Amino acid sequence: MEARIRARVNLALTFFALLFFVAGSSPPRQFVISNAERRIDLSSHIINVHLTLKVENAGTRPASEVVLALTPTEVDHLAMVDASAIKGKRKKTTSLRLEVKPTELPDAPPIDTKYFTIYLANPLNSGESTTLEVLYVFTHFLEPFPAEIAQSESQLVFYHDTALILSSYHIKQQTTFIKTPSTKVESFIRMEPTNRVGTEIKYGPYEDRPPYSISPIHVHFENNSPFAVVEELVQEIEISHWGNIQVTEHYKLIHAGARHKGVFSRVDYQSRQSSNGASSFRYLLARLPPRVHSVYYRDEIGNISSSHLRTDSLKSELQIEPRYPLFGGWKATFVIGYGLPLQDFLFESSDDKRYLNFTFGCPLIGMVVDKLTIKVVLPEGSTDPSPVVPFPVEHHLEAKYSSLDVVGRTVVVLEKKNFVPMHNSHFQVYYSFKPIFMLAESLMLASAFFMLFVACVAYIHIDLSIRK
Amino acid sequence: MAAPEASTAAVPTLYTNNTLRNAFGGVLSFFILLLIGVLAFSIRLFSVIKYESVIHEFDPYFNYRVTQFLTKKGIYEFWNWFDDRTWYPLGRVIGGTVYPGLTLTAGTIWWLLNSLNIPLSVETVCVFTAPIFSAFASWATYLLTKEVKGAGAGLTSAVLLAMVPSYISRSVAGSYDNEAVAIFALIFTFYLYLKTLNTGSLFYATLNSLAYFYMVCSWGGYTFIINLIPMHVLLCIVTGRYSSRLYIAYAPLVVLGTLLAALVPVVGFNAVMTSEHFASFLVFIIIHVVAFVYYIKGILSPKMFKVAVTLVVTVGLAVCCAVIAVLIALVASSPTKGWSGRSLSLLDPTYASKYIPIIASVSEHQPPTWPSYFMDINVLAFLVPAGIIACFLPLSDASSFVVLYIATSVYFSGVMVRLMLVLAPAACITSGIALSEAFDVLTGSIKFQLPGVTSNAEVDAGETSSDTSEAQTDEVKAEKPDDTSKNRPLKKSKKKERELAENPPAKATAKAKAKAEKKRLLALPLEASVISLLLLVVLGAFYVVHSVWAAAEAYSAPSIVLTTRSRDGLHVFDDFREAYAWLSHNTDVNDKVASWWDYGYQTTAMANRTVIVDNNTWNNTHIATVGTAMSSPERAAWEIFHSLDVKYVLVVFGGLIGYPSDDINKFLWMVRIGGGVFPHIKEPDYLRDGQYRIDSQATPTVLNCLMYKLSYYRFVETDGKAYDRVRRTEIGKKYFKLTHFEEVFTTHHWMVRIYKLKPLKNRIRGKAKKSKLKTSSTSSSKRSGTKKKNPWQ
Repeated sequence: MEARIRARVNLALTFFALLFFVAGSSPPRQFVISNAERRIDLSSHIINVHLTLKVENAGTRPASEVVLALTPTEVDHLAMVDASAIKGKRKKTTSLRLEVKPTELPDAPPIDTKYFTIYLANPLNSGESTTLEVLYVFTHFLEPFPAEIAQSESQLVFYHDTALILSSYHIKQQTTFIKTPSTKVESFIRMEPTNRVGTEIKYGPYEDRPPYSISPIHVHFENNSPFAVVEELVQEIEISHWGNIQVTEHYKLIHAGARHKGVFSRVDYQSRQSSNGASSFRYLLARLPPRVHSVYYRDEIGNISSSHLRTDSLKSELQIEPRYPLFGGWKATFVIGYGLPLQDFLFESSDDKRYLNFTFGCPLIGMVVDKLTIKVVLPEGSTDPSPVVPFPVEHHLEAKYSSLDVVGRTVVVLEKKNFVPMHNSHFQVYYSFKPIFMLAESLMLASAFFMLFVACVAYIHIDLSIRK
Repeated sequence: MAAPEASTAAVPTLYTNNTLRNAFGGVLSFFILLLIGVLAFSIRLFSVIKYESVIHEFDPYFNYRVTQFLTKKGIYEFWNWFDDRTWYPLGRVIGGTVYPGLTLTAGTIWWLLNSLNIPLSVETVCVFTAPIFSAFASWATYLLTKEVKGAGAGLTSAVLLAMVPSYISRSVAGSYDNEAVAIFALIFTFYLYLKTLNTGSLFYATLNSLAYFYMVCSWGGYTFIINLIPMHVLLCIVTGRYSSRLYIAYAPLVVLGTLLAALVPVVGFNAVMTSEHFASFLVFIIIHVVAFVYYIKGILSPKMFKVAVTLVVTVGLAVCCAVIAVLIALVASSPTKGWSGRSLSLLDPTYASKYIPIIASVSEHQPPTWPSYFMDINVLAFLVPAGIIACFLPLSDASSFVVLYIATSVYFSGVMVRLMLVLAPAACITSGIALSEAFDVLTGSIKFQLPGVTSNAEVDAGETSSDTSEAQTDEVKAEKPDDTSKNRPLKKSKKKERELAENPPAKATAKAKAKAEKKRLLALPLEASVISLLLLVVLGAFYVVHSVWAAAEAYSAPSIVLTTRSRDGLHVFDDFREAYAWLSHNTDVNDKVASWWDYGYQTTAMANRTVIVDNNTWNNTHIATVGTAMSSPERAAWEIFHSLDVKYVLVVFGGLIGYPSDDINKFLWMVRIGGGVFPHIKEPDYLRDGQYRIDSQATPTVLNCLMYKLSYYRFVETDGKAYDRVRRTEIGKKYFKLTHFEEVFTTHHWMVRIYKLKPLKNRIRGKAKKSKLKTSSTSSSKRSGTKKKNPWQ
């Protein structure tokens, strides 16, 4: 359990990484990639790049650090990178998750490339090879062109990349597949051999490319999937030991696609749905935990009546509709709140502590969250809170005063930038709490009323008049 | 519950019997009052339960916005608040033009709760302010009526007021308006006035002026108090009821009250300058003269006094005439004779419709119809006359005040629907008195004729709990002369009761005997009294049923969200908030939005955008400018709006779903108000044979004006016929294009449509000439007229 505590301050993290590198043993050129296959999925505004690398140790010494290279723009839009090693063959493959950390190379080439290092579980001996699977997730990477569209137009976007995989190793053979959401592709740059079949464009195979070789390409295609982005999500999880967890989520939603231009005509939008506002969206789906109760959906000016809740024993689905359909560049804000039974999420750990086990993420499906803030409000009187999150986040403590609090509640604030659904996982917050604090407020109230009655009795029986 | 214990306790002595009964009566009335408070609060929650916890209608949104500002920025910022988001480009000094009572009250409640770490939002506090204060108001009614006719009548009128539909209409949860707290302040001021009048205590007189100060802070209707109380004082003097108590009740109120009222920025020097307040000063002089005369009368012998009177009267009359002449000259020199428009329309009901269309255009300023009396005060209308008669038996200072109050408020409610609200407490008080007296008589005669009840003592002892209040009534009555004769200084009222309970038992038995004698005389036949008792209960039940219906169905709709019930369930029309949310998120924060003034408050509060005019209606010319723009053809309207820096124009259109209070139906008022200032807008141009219509018979002026075009733009494409469901007709001109405006947003049910002013076009040589020629040939006369009259160029 302790080993999983990885939520550390970023500064310390990079410092460690640097330290590692100064003492680093393996020069990067030690590996050769014998086969690389890249599959790029452009069907939504979250871009998934699956990279399968067959890495061979061409050096003499065993090595355990494989370096991945990315362009600076890619790094700016990178939401997550994940690597795993594939063991076994054909059907009996098992994957083992590996640690990935951003690093800097001392002998970096002139183009300012950014690096990530994969730490292999077992060092690779000379001549041996292994298969690595890497997943990159990029957000805000598709550039709408034209940047402004009218209501009846559909949305076209540019995807920029290189046909050759950027790598600091020699690649013997490589292929890239780009999957577009539809067959409507305006243009793309060829680099022979290139061919396009249906919704897929295939670049390659290219043989024997030296390190850092690139070949810029772009694809200009139609993408009408909703570019729904939550600019800021503040999720407040309030624990009450009386049996309830109250979750309040404040959303700032924006349509991040091509901006809407000119007229919005309700007639056209209502009567010709197919050809109008193809890139706009009306409905959002939130997946909430099962046994959710007292759900509300409102904004700062009141309740929003257009929502549906479906519940079953495994999950609850809340379908919401913002007050108006969102076209490119339009914004909306709203709040979703719900209550959950305490026993589903709060547990006691072995060392007499309690911990909250909750999903780190945004309940809305398919959302990019630019800035996600999770505030866990612990009950009044709880001490030494410590969060456990499976990926690096920033965290600090706050105090909150609510319903007759005297000392205030401890709030654990976790912040994560550029959050994508692939991040969804559980996190824990450990804290210690004495049950006697549950009674504090009721005792306070009781004594206040007691004092009031005593004062009343005293007032009635005291004669304050001067003249008898 | 109280009855058996009281009877067992009655055995030892009459003395303990009385104290016990008093104690039980006190506890019982306390709990009844508590329940009345709960009733008053909870009957107003229908709107929250049926709809949601949200601010209602138009003015409450402004009050809500002011409260938000107050809680955010603090009291000093609030006094100095110059609001530049409304009445663009003039702005409005909010701190100096708003009655701050309501906002300060809600702000204080919010601040108190927050300092206790109870984190309620400002909105929640605002929503529930009105129900809380209606509970206070019903308690104040209890106190007031108790002063007039005792605790029994007090409880009855409190329960009547707790659910009188007229008051509910203004104080449902979410109806965050001045009246919500003002009615409480009104009743409480009257109570303190009567309390001072009954006790002659300077303490209550001071409290009275503080209550009056709170009323001045809360509502412009305070002028009603400052005219009604002098009237009552005058009445007392004329009918020979002058006493030192009257002097103490009145003189401090005028001095302190006027000083305090002048502290409220919105009133300021109006407290001594305007005609609304002159009556109080005149009576102030008169009461001093009278007091002086009484004093002289006490010193001099009757003969000397007569001589002095003749002397003083001749000199005094001459001086008075001179003073009055000067006053009249002063008042007459001002154009409105020193009266504000709304007050004048009270004195002369036809004044508004003649001179100020903006006052006349508001539906709540119209005279009420008879059904609205039945709707708003229901059976109280029948009980009021009985209550007035009861007030005359016997007539006291306090009951004469109630009679005066009901008489004047009936008149005022007949002038303006809105003032029905002032009538409601008066009606409740008189009806409460009537009901209580009727119950008194009927239960008394039943008890008298019941077999087994023979001796007077047993009558006294066996009285049911309902009679405890009656006993108290008698005591209060008996107490009054004592109080006044002794002219006691301030003391707790409890003290008095205790002392009163210590009355020698002999006196009490004598009193009981006298009471029994009186009862024997008043006794009605048993059957008759039982039947009339039942009928009264049925009447009360009818009132309760009606009030609950009114609270649940008629007055709980928040009007920003509409619902209709059809066969396939409930339909919600939330278009207003859809439009406001769109404006607030998708336009620039400094954009100006033009709409008819009804939607000004909502736009500033919900969309946070600058508006040209709003519901404050302080500047008629500005409203007339917007009205002119709406009733002008597109090009002229564009010029007016452009000169006002307007970016978006918002119109409310109900033709698709049949929402009747939309802009097309209000359009004639825009024409009238616009035409009142800019004479080139002539109402007859918009009427065909005296009728306002938008179908094929409509005049070309209507079909070409901006309001028509913005409302019906592309409307024909919805059903192919352009059938307007409100006007129940097909519209006159179905296919047209907009040249200077473009549609940027229309809500789901088309209720709100927002247009953007197109920017000035770059000049294209050939085309510009052509189009210029065309427009000038068709509407040259109108355009030149507009250009001249447009004040913003």
